[in-house]
Amino acid sequence: MVFELRYSQYNSHSILIEWPAIIDDIILENILNFKFDIEKHFLKQKIEVVNAYNSLLVIYSLTIDNINDEIFILKSLYKAQNNQKKLKFNTWEIPVCYHDEFAQDLDDFSKIKKLSKSQIIHLHSQPIYTVYFIGFLPGFLYLGGLNSQLHLDRKISPDLNIKKGSVAIGGEQTGIYPQNSPGGWHVIGNSPISIFDVNLNPPCQIKSGDCIKFSAIDNKEHNEILNMVENSSYQLKTL
Amino acid sequence: MITVLDPGFYTTIQDMGRDGFRQYGVPVSGVMDRYSGKLANMLLGNNSSAAVLEMTMTGVKLKFKQPAHVAIAGADLQPSVNGISVDSRKIISLKKDEVLSFGKMQNGFRTYLAIEGGFKSDVVLGSQSMYQAITKSFKLQKNDSLMFRSVQSEFNDTKANVKYDTSILNSTELEVTEGPEFQHLSKKLQKQLFNSELTVSKNNSRMAYQLEELFQNNLKPILTSPVLPGTVQLTPSGGLIILMRDCQTTGGYPRVLQLTEKAMNIISQKTTGNHIKFRRNGW
Repeated sequence: MVFELRYSQYNSHSILIEWPAIIDDIILENILNFKFDIEKHFLKQKIEVVNAYNSLLVIYSLTIDNINDEIFILKSLYKAQNNQKKLKFNTWEIPVCYHDEFAQDLDDFSKIKKLSKSQIIHLHSQPIYTVYFIGFLPGFLYLGGLNSQLHLDRKISPDLNIKKGSVAIGGEQTGIYPQNSPGGWHVIGNSPISIFDVNLNPPCQIKSGDCIKFSAIDNKEHNEILNMVENSSYQLKTL
Repeated sequence: MITVLDPGFYTTIQDMGRDGFRQYGVPVSGVMDRYSGKLANMLLGNNSSAAVLEMTMTGVKLKFKQPAHVAIAGADLQPSVNGISVDSRKIISLKKDEVLSFGKMQNGFRTYLAIEGGFKSDVVLGSQSMYQAITKSFKLQKNDSLMFRSVQSEFNDTKANVKYDTSILNSTELEVTEGPEFQHLSKKLQKQLFNSELTVSKNNSRMAYQLEELFQNNLKPILTSPVLPGTVQLTPSGGLIILMRDCQTTGGYPRVLQLTEKAMNIISQKTTGNHIKFRRNGW
């Protein structure tokens, strides 16, 4: 698949590459393939490539001398794209406890959406979500695939302290807060796992292009997993 | 070792930042005014990426438990040793039990203290730069102990001075290039951005500087996309946000301008109520 891309200089040492402004798994795959090729080509130089829904930012360690030369190299890499390779992606199982103890907004959510709590839990834990990229906070996954029955505008005024692990819905998105943070999303559960851990390399096991599935657990399991996470004895499971 | 008698308003350990982890959502961080931070290191013969203290608005008070050479650059903060004033931008030799303190900030907003050999602290994801949820603490606290790599060179000429570009502190012009969504602005709005005198609001931090003036616009939001320190976002309510070193790695507001590296240093020395102007620059 070849898209019409837009290349532009972003600052003295970075180039932005943009795809059509659509959230789409095929575009994501195309972006990640290109990202892989760029990283491979520039292996010896220190560069950093960041992706989002429809863009890649290539950050060079040195100032760009001739932008046309650099864009030419990137365009050639894209043209020569090798679709033979298969990037390896995982589907991770994320345990979530939807019990009231952790789901301070589930009651309100249920009333506004006129859905029972068990319907909400079912609709939320059924799909396989795509991880488009990580941003906002260290380890915050931008997920695609939330059932439209669960879409609900963000709160007008954000909560000052949403707890680490909170699983929440904001607009058309769902996500997991990787650390305590202010936020305007509706909290419907909590995951005991640590998505982001500075002691691990990489600090986040889940990466752009991976998938996740939520699996409902009870308070007891939540507590058990939390203890294991604290002893560093919990292994994230793949499906 | 050094004991922190007073941490000042907001003092952090910073180096040149945390590269390589943006794809996990980790901000780059690092010295806000790189020019001044590097200069302080240079005076001591340190590597320009050696960790320094970044003081904001008010200075620290430090008691040295062992001799050290330090150098200060950035905003003028009236340093003194045991109450006797000393010069910035020169090597300062401290003896055991001497106390380094600072006075009132005169010009600028951030001052850098470098120490010969560099400050030692935990290296997390390749950097010592303090950042909440990445490093154990995110700013200096009273009674903290600071470690440094004691080198103890003989500096023969402590009168040696280097030329400091004071435009970093005095200039109000920020050189910018077009951001990815600049062309979405009407020609009128494009002109307004460059012709207006702008004011730093009280919402200014290592993460972002918000400006007071509002620019009515009907820009469409963008799909969340990568951003960098120095990116200027225009919000739907018309506010301008200049992203700084601790900014998030992605954002959903249109990116209308991008500050040059020098403009980043200049804005880092500004505080609430200061005025600035954008000046258009080509590549």
